[in-house]
Amino acid sequence: MPDSVTRRRTWSLPRQPGLVLSAVLLAAVLLAAVAPGVFTGQDPITGVPAERLRAPSPAHLFGTDETGRDVFARVVHGASLSLRATVLAVLVALVAGAAIGLLAGFRGGWLDAVVMRVVDVLQAVPAILLSLAVVTALGFGTTNVAIAVGVSNLAAFARLMRAEVLRVRSSVFVESARASGVRWPGVLARHVLPNAAGPVLVLATLTFGTAVLEVSALSFLGFGATPPTPEWGALVAGGRNFLATAWWMTTLPGLTVAAVVLATNRLSRALDGERSELR
Amino acid sequence: MTAVIRRLAQAIVVLWAAFTLSFVILYLLPGDAVLTKLGSADGGINASPEQIAQVRAEYGVDDPVLVQYGKRLWAALHGDFGRSIATGDDATHQVLSALPPTLAVSGFALVLAVVFGGGIAVLGTYTRARWLSHLLLSLPPLGISLPSFWVGLLLIQVFSFQLGLLPALGSTGFASLVLPSVTLALPTGAIIGQVLAKSLRTQLAQPYVEIVRAKGASRRRVHFGHALRNAALPALTLVGVVAGNLLAGSVITETVFSRDGVGRVTAAAVSVQDIPVVQAVIVLAAFFFVTLNLVVDLLYPVLDPRLARVPGELTRRERSHA
Repeated sequence: MPDSVTRRRTWSLPRQPGLVLSAVLLAAVLLAAVAPGVFTGQDPITGVPAERLRAPSPAHLFGTDETGRDVFARVVHGASLSLRATVLAVLVALVAGAAIGLLAGFRGGWLDAVVMRVVDVLQAVPAILLSLAVVTALGFGTTNVAIAVGVSNLAAFARLMRAEVLRVRSSVFVESARASGVRWPGVLARHVLPNAAGPVLVLATLTFGTAVLEVSALSFLGFGATPPTPEWGALVAGGRNFLATAWWMTTLPGLTVAAVVLATNRLSRALDGERSELR
Repeated sequence: MTAVIRRLAQAIVVLWAAFTLSFVILYLLPGDAVLTKLGSADGGINASPEQIAQVRAEYGVDDPVLVQYGKRLWAALHGDFGRSIATGDDATHQVLSALPPTLAVSGFALVLAVVFGGGIAVLGTYTRARWLSHLLLSLPPLGISLPSFWVGLLLIQVFSFQLGLLPALGSTGFASLVLPSVTLALPTGAIIGQVLAKSLRTQLAQPYVEIVRAKGASRRRVHFGHALRNAALPALTLVGVVAGNLLAGSVITETVFSRDGVGRVTAAAVSVQDIPVVQAVIVLAAFFFVTLNLVVDLLYPVLDPRLARVPGELTRRERSHA
């Protein structure tokens, strides 16, 4: 068996094209979210009835749906809403989770014990069920779905942040900062946060892929955007009634989601790997 | 024995906490299920203030929060989560009666996930052909990245509409079980494969493997007789997570394949904001998680005699790793 160094080298080299491809795809999706007009000139909301249910062709890359709307245009225009929901979900998880973990790790004692038990429970309930509960309480819509997905992912952030705070807290430089008279808020801002930021941000990129999946799953179930608005999960759901006759309506938007998740996971694994090699 | 009792007490606390959490989320967050009920059933806007007051009293939402909580907790201890706001049926009954078809799919999916996920991990770490190892070990991350609703629809397209082999929808007969189970098994099997492969690689790097090999044991014997036995134990801590995944995944698969079951009930309940039913499902999920983890924890010392002295120690550490 070869030692780990050579194995890593043989691992990473043939996979670099994948990394490049992932970066290109994500850049394209980001561009689509900001300026969909770059990719398509077709209207995502009103279709051309004469061109309904056309198979993919150069004129309609992803084909057309039952009212003659260009599916590619809907996927491109859906990027904005889907990505915004995903970013909001990750932000909710990151900010709320990190705040909880910071508080628990920093205060310690009974507060830590109680907060971490709550986090345990958050992890005992499967993510989808937890976010469904939040959606039940808050109501439907893309924003609520995003918040729900954020809540269902915050436990991991709380855990990680707490562990980082505990690690940094007991370090020599914090001790010396304390000894030289820096107050706790100063220690937090100057020492704890910068040191914890790296791993927490890596977790954020890892969560991004999960969030894309969960947001699209909830919108597939019909709890996200209302019909005419294009959103990835809802697009797949919209093609369900045409499975037998128009495969492109479900397959191609779903493929987009899968590709985006794969690309984010690939990128975040690269980031994660770089970090652990630097350590 | 005291360890068992302590572990049991912990499990009960987690269950209570899950109830409390779901109460906080469902009953305390803004959103008015009573208005939703009047909106859906009685023509909504026309409901008179008296009607609203009557329904509110019926569901006990006018009591102070702590009183509501106490009442609901007491009822939940007796297996009563209230009446479904949508149908008026007993929520617990509604969820439990939907359980058998979900368990059938989940059970089959679990078998598929263990066989294929485990098989991929074992073969991927066993084979000497590097390309095969790469191929096999890159499958789990792929499996986790695919949206399961999309996989389900693809399977329907290929196996029902193109090839005509299996039924696309419905919940009758074994044939209807196959596609949903495969869909449900994919993410679960991917997790099992990932964890087992990692665990196997850790074990194969241990000094004892070196010794066994030096004593002249064959590759197969080292892999299956020693490394796999040790690697399988940490993978057992996944059981709770896997069960939760199967239950949660059924929300998607049962919707995609139009099957009856807990997932369908859950999706329907969420779409009409039927709080009692959603709460019953969440507590049920937590119950599965807690019970299975309890069983695994108690089985651990039996499976691994080294742990008989300090039960629970390793499992807790392992869990924080996962």
